[in-house]
Formats: sequence, structure tokens, C-alpha cells
Amino acid sequence: MTPASPRPLPVPTPETKHFWDGTALGELRLQRCRDCETTYFPPQPHCPRCARGDVEVVRASGRGFLYSYVISHLAAPGFEAPYVIGVVELDEGPRLLTNIVEVAPDADRLPLDLPVEAVFRTVGDVALPLFRPRNP
Amino acid sequence: MTRGSAVAIVGAAESAEIGTVSLSSLGLAAGAARRALADCGLAPADVDGVAMSGLNPYLPTLLAHSLGIEAGWIDATMVGGCSNLVHLRHAVAAIRQGQSEVVLIAHGESGRSHIGGAAFRPTPDSWQGQFELPFGTVGPMTLLTLGALRFLRDRGLDRRALADVVVAQRGWAAHNPRALRRDPVTVAQVLEAPPVAYPFTRPMCCVTTDAGGALVVTSAERARDLPRPPVYVLGSGEATGAAMASQMPDLTSSDAFRRAGAGAFADAGIGPSDIEHAMLYDATAILPLMALEDLGFVASGDSGGFVADGHTAVGGRLPVNTNGGGLNYTHSGMYGMYALQESVRQLRGEAAAQVAGLRTSLTHAIGGMFQAAATAVLSTEPG
Repeated sequence: MTPASPRPLPVPTPETKHFWDGTALGELRLQRCRDCETTYFPPQPHCPRCARGDVEVVRASGRGFLYSYVISHLAAPGFEAPYVIGVVELDEGPRLLTNIVEVAPDADRLPLDLPVEAVFRTVGDVALPLFRPRNP
Repeated sequence: MTRGSAVAIVGAAESAEIGTVSLSSLGLAAGAARRALADCGLAPADVDGVAMSGLNPYLPTLLAHSLGIEAGWIDATMVGGCSNLVHLRHAVAAIRQGQSEVVLIAHGESGRSHIGGAAFRPTPDSWQGQFELPFGTVGPMTLLTLGALRFLRDRGLDRRALADVVVAQRGWAAHNPRALRRDPVTVAQVLEAPPVAYPFTRPMCCVTTDAGGALVVTSAERARDLPRPPVYVLGSGEATGAAMASQMPDLTSSDAFRRAGAGAFADAGIGPSDIEHAMLYDATAILPLMALEDLGFVASGDSGGFVADGHTAVGGRLPVNTNGGGLNYTHSGMYGMYALQESVRQLRGEAAAQVAGLRTSLTHAIGGMFQAAATAVLSTEPG
């Protein structure tokens, strides 16, 4: 029996369930407004741009680039410092906060605009979308 | 839109002690409130409005009960570190409309010792709990810093620009006997200090203190009968930002800063070039750089050079964070009250590092992780 991870884990709400159901299947799911064609994140049942409710769930490519980041040296439950907290801008437009993994936590290895791709790491009952460098 | 009648800060005080203080958060606030009332020669019975906020929703009630105030106007607006600036703005409106005559705004926070106050942590089903906390975010030092590398890269700057902010403000802190960090530092020393969240080192992140502060606000008419020089609220602005730092439309510029600042200048009827002194909330060293640009003191991209050239330092043309700032002086978690206190001291001519002949001062504060902002334009003249 493995001990429970002390890493803080998300608890989905009805509005975000499709996102976390998607990560469990290895999919990154965004939403798109059929009225104004905005693709958006975080998940909610109406468009954050025009507030209309005719929205659909879309599967994102999982590809993007490293928009900005910090290398945290702080003690965080479930993390071994230093670790990289990054903001990834997805090819579809929205940005999300994540960890950049499979690369040394070293600024020389992490130039801004670095191409990245999603990898899904299962922790407890949930799969977290993390990102690793990819060949452009 | 017509400007209303003038409203002034007539009493101001910080808690008797800061740093490590053997008092609860409420005790720090109530102590500062008593000192602010004594400062302007008023008694609790003169106060008819109370404003205070933190994680307890009933703080105005606790403050009023503690001091024997029977309040008929309440503001518990809680939008993080800029809340006390929002309270000031709301108090000005209330006094102009006759809803209150004398408002007491208080803040107290056992930010270091954690006596008698709740700690904020987003629940795991909130947006932050789902989309930020699982990735190891640890509050301000990992969230207020998130866009800094992009900010620097876009401007052709590097980490030295963050260190320049620390060095400039340490020069002010050297004159403030209450400041926690007072020793002179060099850019090299700041860069070589222990990392907190790259590109930030420890001196680029604020101190943590127990502290309190309070303001007494009333009409210019009432201020005439009171002993201290009135500090007039020429204008103010408040704004919401993105719900999460990672979802800001542009992580190198705060839309909340821009709208709060523009609102305050429009309200005051003056512009950035009329401001002689500025307090720019600095939980981390990137915030004053962003505020200098977003409030229009310099063009976008010019903040790093402006600080490096010494314009915000002792002897500079726009003295910034003259108490040493949150980086060096005090930061209990919500810093806005202490920024306001220094603007008031400077305009009264009683600051530890006094700048001669000031007529205008701007205070700007952030709430949460860029989730809100507020700006106040203060003056020795009613406008």
C-alpha cells in the first residue's frame, strides 16, 4: 500500500468535471463558445468573453510554449525543491499554470517560448496535466 | 460628473510595535485605532463609521465592540492587500453623501506570529485549488512572481532590474529605525542571496511582520477643528483583475493596476507628472516596476531604467517606497495600510526619511495575486 500523496489535489465541481475526466483519459479539454468562438480556460458553463451559454467541450492538442515561469525553492507539500512552476500558452490560445517536468530546473535549460507538450501524471485519483519540452 | 466636497485623513497611526509583537490581530488593529484617534484628538464616541477586513467577515463589528463604537456605517470589503485603500475610497463617498461623518479604518495582522487570525488557503474545489495549488504554488512568492521573467525579457532587462529595486529601497530603509532590513546592499549581494523562486532571491521578497495601522477620515469642514494637518483624498480608484494570476490577459502588466490608477487620476483631476511621491505596494520587487508602468509614471518598458538611474531612490525625482517598503520595513500580509501611513507621514512632514516640500503623494496597492487593485491620490491641498 502506497501512502497518500501530501500534494494538494483538485476536487472537481460539476462545472469542471469534464476537464478532470479528460485528464484521466490523457486528454486536455478546453471549452469553446459557439457564439463568439472564444476558446477558454478555466472550465465553466458559459463564455467568459460574451457570457452566453452555448459552449462546447473541445480536445486541445496538448501542445504549446513556455510563456513564463519561476523555479520554486520553497517547501511545498508533495514537491522536492527546486521545481518549476510554469505558465504554458496552448496552441489553442488559453494559458494554464502547470509544472515543467523531464528537464532540469535550470534557467539555462528553460528559455522562454520553449515548445512544450502535455504529459499526464496520476496522483491519487486524479491525473494532473504537466508539460515537458518537445521538439518543435 | 462634479467633484464632491473635500474629505481628509485627519488621524493616522501604526501599531506601537511592529515585527514580532505579543498581540493578536485584533489587538494590533485596536491598538493602532486608539493611537489614530488620539492622534487627531477624537474619541470612539465621535466615530460613526468603521471599516476593517481580513478573513473574519465581522471585523468591523469586532473593532467597534472592542472600542465601544456604535457604528452606523460598515465596510468589510475584503480584496486582499488593497482593501484599506478601497475602504478609504468608500469612506470618501460615504462622508460626501452624509452617510457617515467620521470613519475609522483599521488593520491588524499577526502575520509573523499568527496569533488570533485565520490563515488563507483556497479550498481544493475552488479554481485556485484545482488549477494552481496542485502544481506547488506557495502564495505570493510563486504567484506575484510568475510573469517576471517574461516582463524582463520583453524589456531587454535581466534580474539586475529586480535587484536595483531592492538597492534603491534599502537606501530609504536605512533612515527608518523601525525597518527590519536596514543594512546597505549591492546589486551583486542581492543577486547572490539565497533563491526563493528564481529569478527572485530573499531580499527581492518582503519581510514578514506583526503590525497594525489605522486612519481617521472626515470632511474637510470637520478637519478644520482638528489638530493635525489634513491629508486630502484628491481621488481614488479600485478595480478587479483576473481571478487567478496565471489567467491574467498579460502577465507583464496588470489590468487592475491600469484601471485603478486611471480611475484615481481621473477622479483627482491630475496626472502622473503631478505626483511628487509614491508608495507602490511591493510584496516582491517586480510589483513597483509594473506599477511605475501601469500607472503611467513611465512608458511601458522604461521602469527598469528609471529605477536603475536612481529616480526612485534617495535624492531621485520620484521618491518611491520611502519607508523602505514591504521589502525592508514591514509586511503583515495585507500591506496597503502601511503604504497609506507613509504617504500621510510624508505629506505631514513627519516621515523618518522625509522628502522636503511634498504636496502630492500616490498610494497604490494590489489585492490577492493581481485579483484587485486600488489607488489613492493624496494632497496637502483640498484640490
